[in-house]
Amino acid sequence: MIYQDSKTLLEVRGLCATVNGIEILKGINVTVRTGEVHAIMGPNGSGKSTFAKLLAGHPAYALTGGTVAFEGRNLLELAPEERARAGIFLGFQYPIEIPGVANSQFLRLAYNTLQTQRGKDELDPLEFDDFVREKMKLLEMNPDFLDRSVNEGFSGGEKKRNEILQMALLEPKLAILDETDSGLDIDALRVVAGGVNQLATRDNAIVLVTHYQRLLNYIVPDYVHVMDGGRIIKTGGKELAVELETRGYDWVSAEYETIARATA
Amino acid sequence: MSILTSNRYLESLLAGRPQLPAAFASPALAWLNRLRADAVDRVGALTVPTTRDEEWRFTDISPLTRISFQPARSAPRLELADIESFDVPEAAARLTFVDGVYAPQLSFNRAGVVVENLASGVNQHGATLEAHLGRYAEFQHNAFAALNTAFLQDGALIVVPRNAAVAAPVHLLFVAARQDVAAYPRCLVVAEAGSEVTVVEDSVALQDEAYFNNAVTEIAVGDGARVRHVRVQRDSGKAFHIANCAVTLAHASRYQSVSVALGARISRYNLNVLQAAEGIECAIDGLALIADRQLADTHTSIDHAKPHGISRQLHKCIVGGAAHAVFNGKIMVRPGAQFTDSSQSSRNLLLTGKAHVDTKPQLEIFADDVKCAHGATVGQLDAEEVFYLMSRGLADAAARNLLTYAFGAEIIDRIPIASLRHRLEQTVLEQTHRES
Repeated sequence: MIYQDSKTLLEVRGLCATVNGIEILKGINVTVRTGEVHAIMGPNGSGKSTFAKLLAGHPAYALTGGTVAFEGRNLLELAPEERARAGIFLGFQYPIEIPGVANSQFLRLAYNTLQTQRGKDELDPLEFDDFVREKMKLLEMNPDFLDRSVNEGFSGGEKKRNEILQMALLEPKLAILDETDSGLDIDALRVVAGGVNQLATRDNAIVLVTHYQRLLNYIVPDYVHVMDGGRIIKTGGKELAVELETRGYDWVSAEYETIARATA
Repeated sequence: MSILTSNRYLESLLAGRPQLPAAFASPALAWLNRLRADAVDRVGALTVPTTRDEEWRFTDISPLTRISFQPARSAPRLELADIESFDVPEAAARLTFVDGVYAPQLSFNRAGVVVENLASGVNQHGATLEAHLGRYAEFQHNAFAALNTAFLQDGALIVVPRNAAVAAPVHLLFVAARQDVAAYPRCLVVAEAGSEVTVVEDSVALQDEAYFNNAVTEIAVGDGARVRHVRVQRDSGKAFHIANCAVTLAHASRYQSVSVALGARISRYNLNVLQAAEGIECAIDGLALIADRQLADTHTSIDHAKPHGISRQLHKCIVGGAAHAVFNGKIMVRPGAQFTDSSQSSRNLLLTGKAHVDTKPQLEIFADDVKCAHGATVGQLDAEEVFYLMSRGLADAAARNLLTYAFGAEIIDRIPIASLRHRLEQTVLEQTHRES
């Protein structure tokens, strides 16, 4: 939702990055304010997942230019865990399996680490158990998932629910959800989207990275950005997503190139 | 080291051999005294292995020979409070040995089966002992097994009669109390047909100094019997620990083993499992978690001698500091051992640039209709996994600790005793913290 009195959370200017010497991001500009839901769409290889991971501090990418401010701080000089503590959350496209670590143990460790950073009290295992079970209801998750190893043997849908569960526990200011809809059947999609909608407030913001418009039927974006070739080539409202669904991405690229030629 | 000095070292260890206990004087025990005498002869003929021996290629045991170890004449008197931290509350029985000497005041038996000191049970259980003792742990070519056998006296004797099931574990606690002591722990487990037992061999220290544990364990699992065997080696960081374990499995029996090596400056564990009949299943898992300049060497051999045998093995090493882990896993499938189903996996985690691992699967297959899978990996922590945890707010070191812990916990989780599992998980967590 766009609010008049919203505050700027994230300000990205001219962001360029390479991986293994190949330029992936070629000057990204985007501003996200509190209360907003942004969708970043684009064909495969357009750089949208790279952008998401880079905001969370993934070490594989080399920054070659631009700035990223998060609540006015230079995000790029923060380590990944400092970004998490500052309030950034990345929902992974492919959540990592960690055999040998119980999900409950992992969730509590993550939760308590952030609680400590925020100057709040940690929860002991019993208190945490009550707390996490409440949050699991939001995602219609079976409590059995607490006792299993982190993501091990989880289906695609279960992994994504577990990601949103972490978002619910960690209460980030900015949640970046990378292809959260991929691998979900329609029922799971509805549940996960419902969970995300309940977590959206006027004080936080959500960036959805997605290939398909389908998720946006459930989580309605305020802004839709189209990425291609490492740039945001078009920005519009929620109706742009619908148009992309019927017309594909090619026309946006063609339009961008025409404008680029005209202004060159 | 020349052969002469090498043998002189063995002779020097032998020189400290105590007088034969009176209980062994009975004519009925002539076989036992012959066994000891044979072993003494073999010690005289063998030498301390060097890295020129194929079986010891990666493990230089020569630091052992620079220290003079003597057996304890008597054990220092310990109280229950001294070993409280090693207590396994689930245990149905415990035999405690201090510096190799049986400590009755620290032992108990509520298991309802024979769990007693070998030296005291030697007359009453002479026939069982004669049928099994020294029959499986070969010492003709093994200097350390020969030395242990030469010192045969105190030890653990467990006999589970036909169809008896001991639900709670039997805890064998070997406590190292004084420095420069050589101890020769000996265990014999006889699980008769259809019986069931869980045995924990636990090597612990009340000191940080150098000592020498040279253990031999023999386990005979009868038809359809089931033995779970847990081995925990948490000796002092200066200790030397050499252990030979021989397991023989009868028709349709089950053997499950989890061994965890945490301590010792140099440790070597030889586990030889013989599937002597058809339809046997064994699972052999191991974890070595070492740091500093420790060396942990595990040599296992699973011998599929008969058809329809199943074996599964997962061995893991977590190596920090400038430590060195060795794993040699031999799988033998004899001619005629058709329909053998065997899988072996060696997974190794190197935490530092100076950490080192030598891993060698060794498959010798002489039957044509078998399934044998094996694999080995050596790696560092996965960067994506570390990033995942950091993106949830964990600092780099905390993320690495958790992943290292998880790597080891997979093995520890297989220990069928909750209290021990919990304690070892704590130990692993502390040790991984120390590493970072």
